[in-house]
Amino acid sequence: MRPEELLHTTPQGLYSPAGDFFIDPTRPVARALITHGHSDHARAGHGAVLATRQTLDIMAIRYGEAFAGTVQAADYGARIEVNGVGVRFHPAGHILGSAQIALDWRGCTIVASGDYKPGADPTALPFAPVRCHVFISEATFGLPVFRHPAPAAEIAKLMDSLALFPERAHLVGAYALGKAQRVMALLRAAGHERPVLLHGAMEKLTAYYRTQGIDLGDTRPARDASPTERAGAVVLCPPGALADVWSRRFPDPVTAFASGWMRIRARARQNGVELPLILSDHADWDELQVAIRATGCEELWVTHGQEDALVHWATQEGLRARPLHMVGYGEEEGESAAPDASAPEAPPTPEVAP
Amino acid sequence: MNRFAALLDRLAYEPRRNGKIRLIAAYFRHTPDPERGWALAALTGALSFRNAKPGLIRQLIGERTDPVLFALSYDYVGDLSETVALMWPAPHGLNDTEPPSLEAIVHAFTHMGRAEMPAVLTSLLDRLDETGRWALLKLITGGLRIGVSARLAKTAVAALGDHAPDAVELVWPGLAPPYQELFAWAEGRGPKPETEDPAPFRPVMLSHPLEEADVEKLDPAAFRAEWKWDGIRVQAARAAGPDGRHVTRLYSRTGEDISGAFPDLAEALAFDGVVDGELLILREGRVQSFNVLQQRLNRKTVSAKLMLDYPAHIRAYDVLVAAGEDLREQPFAARRARLEALISAHPAEGRLDLSPLVPFPSWDALAQARADPAAHGAGEDAEAVEGVMLKRADSPYLPGRPKGPWWKWKRDPHSVDAVLMYAQRGHGKRSSYYSDYTFGVWTGETSGTGELVPVGKAYFGFTDAELIEIDRFVRRHTVNRFGPVREVVHTPTEGLVVEVAFEGLARSTRHRSGLAMRFPRIARLRWDKPPLEADRLETLEKMIGGEDESHAPRRPTAVLGKQRSPAEEM
Repeated sequence: MRPEELLHTTPQGLYSPAGDFFIDPTRPVARALITHGHSDHARAGHGAVLATRQTLDIMAIRYGEAFAGTVQAADYGARIEVNGVGVRFHPAGHILGSAQIALDWRGCTIVASGDYKPGADPTALPFAPVRCHVFISEATFGLPVFRHPAPAAEIAKLMDSLALFPERAHLVGAYALGKAQRVMALLRAAGHERPVLLHGAMEKLTAYYRTQGIDLGDTRPARDASPTERAGAVVLCPPGALADVWSRRFPDPVTAFASGWMRIRARARQNGVELPLILSDHADWDELQVAIRATGCEELWVTHGQEDALVHWATQEGLRARPLHMVGYGEEEGESAAPDASAPEAPPTPEVAP
Repeated sequence: MNRFAALLDRLAYEPRRNGKIRLIAAYFRHTPDPERGWALAALTGALSFRNAKPGLIRQLIGERTDPVLFALSYDYVGDLSETVALMWPAPHGLNDTEPPSLEAIVHAFTHMGRAEMPAVLTSLLDRLDETGRWALLKLITGGLRIGVSARLAKTAVAALGDHAPDAVELVWPGLAPPYQELFAWAEGRGPKPETEDPAPFRPVMLSHPLEEADVEKLDPAAFRAEWKWDGIRVQAARAAGPDGRHVTRLYSRTGEDISGAFPDLAEALAFDGVVDGELLILREGRVQSFNVLQQRLNRKTVSAKLMLDYPAHIRAYDVLVAAGEDLREQPFAARRARLEALISAHPAEGRLDLSPLVPFPSWDALAQARADPAAHGAGEDAEAVEGVMLKRADSPYLPGRPKGPWWKWKRDPHSVDAVLMYAQRGHGKRSSYYSDYTFGVWTGETSGTGELVPVGKAYFGFTDAELIEIDRFVRRHTVNRFGPVREVVHTPTEGLVVEVAFEGLARSTRHRSGLAMRFPRIARLRWDKPPLEADRLETLEKMIGGEDESHAPRRPTAVLGKQRSPAEEM
């Protein structure tokens, strides 16, 4: 058989003809398997959704309880049959609840890894390599210029700046789901004990992380903070809020941005960032290679990002490799988006201008 | 080196002057000698060693990486040093060794021969981290542009203790890297370094702009007036060294030694002392416009032809030292007398003359002279007069910008009505505001016809209240976005007209309009005017007509003081 009989691309996303389901479809479908809760992968309006418990919870928080017709929770590692196709969810290390989805059918195994990172993250289960015939990888940071530095060293930059400019609020742009909570966890690990102030867009998700047993220390809504509390505080907000009228309530802030894109100076400068923090929830160039080799795959399909470089590398490694030319990913949320492109005109939250 | 690199990295993103000073001072505080001294040398431009060519860097990376992956990466990053710094494959096992110090790097690059360069550079790149490699490559290719002036770095040294920045400036000329005695003195651990330079820079005295409202409060009899020349401020210092031979130096107002760019002038000077004045180009006794002077600026060396075509000259207005005697404590009137005597004794082949006093019985009379310098003594040089200077007759020469003794009273600037075309977000406090504006005028026969072409960019002149109004306008009338830049609506009937004031115009090949403005600023918002009533390019062409030059100024950026904006690159 050809692997395409088990899984192939369609305009709506990856589709399994054998099992009659989609993985992370970009439009409403009858049956969807969802890798993680970022909005470019998890959309509302599907008939039936199969995902990890945490991904289902996150979708309910973002879209309301009625985000799908029916839902089914998948435990990590447990085999579920969907129309004769074996389905297993394995940790992807990307954000809380994120999963790679392994399909097996007639002796062929395909792993759709969604977004993943093998590096350590106190807020997500660690990435687990899965043996397979075909591995489907993202390539957000698929260029040899991307080698993420140690997260602790990046947080140290923020701590140094807080010590040097103790009177200024440090506004840290971070995606509301995943990155923001990871920054909080890293700050606590580095010994930062002051309350972290949160933009309204982060409050519910941060509260949810707490219910999952992740200790993020003391957080408070930024809108309620007094000028004294704002001075020298770490304030987390969605990237778009950095340039929004929302940020005007902080006099003379230090503008930071936590993203893998901050590796590229022009990218940081273009967004008016003064303190770039290179913190990524995607695999870097070396990690992509290690992860792909660990699967023992014969064939590599590349979904989104810097496909050309990764395909070039894999081909030289003796793998059959091709880009899937998928559209619609990395555009809503997650690091594939150019940070400014998604800057909303009005805050996407109940926050109001001062 | 990794630590210094981290400082450079942070400085490159920090827009605030005070923020930069604190970052540099913190680095000095936490870095031992002599490493911090080499860092100070790098920041003040005092390092000089053999530069590496981009070709060598390409060759080294080519030997180590896949050409396809390098091409894709370079295309993505867009900067050679940065691409190489990021994708350089550091060999395993070397990460544990101590990274090279800045001192070791400076030493290596100062003493090696050209043939050793590839091996030395490779070994350094192997042992540095990404930021360290980036800083090293920028340093050795001469591309270290992080927006830090020598003055700023010296101010950071002063911030280590309780000395004034000017005090550091005073001892600086006699010092050499790694400046251990300077740091010891700045931190209160050592004596004041003795300057050995016979002709050091003395911090200059600066003036405040005079507002119409201030005039009423001042007594005309207490002041002397001079023309304000449109050249560059220069300090000429000449004195005998220990060997009896005279040393002559020309300094910019920030203390940068610019003697190398004006050897013709430096060699002609014959006095013994320190003179403050304006550097101008004179042809047949007549002062040329600033556009002409520009041909000689920003050059490290100068050709004989350039010196012949653009003869440099000092029009002096103050003397700080004469024959070894420090005159700075003396009143202006007394210094003026000493200056007149010094110039008549040492005419310097006609390259040094006196900036005349402008007599005035009342403020009204001076206002008339300012409005029409040609009829009030400036004669044919009137075009190079940009206003008048007022100096209290009893004022000593004080470093910095004390308020009260010196005032500048500029001529009314030129102005045009232009249409807002692009807006870019500002930095720091303004990072949530669209505060940098590109504006244009009409190319057609009449206003509102043809198209709008950008003629300049302004980021000040408006009030805080006006900034909020413009910001709101930009957000509501965006038609296109390019990263941090927004294109705003600008049709004959829809758009925002701004009255732009500016000091002068120059030809520029960099702008599509062919013109560049000097010191443009937003004078008024003309909500009342539709864009079709804005000015035409021809109006600006006529303004430039009189002072046209055969070729464009070499560096219009130096005049505009701003980087090219993405909007202008389209």
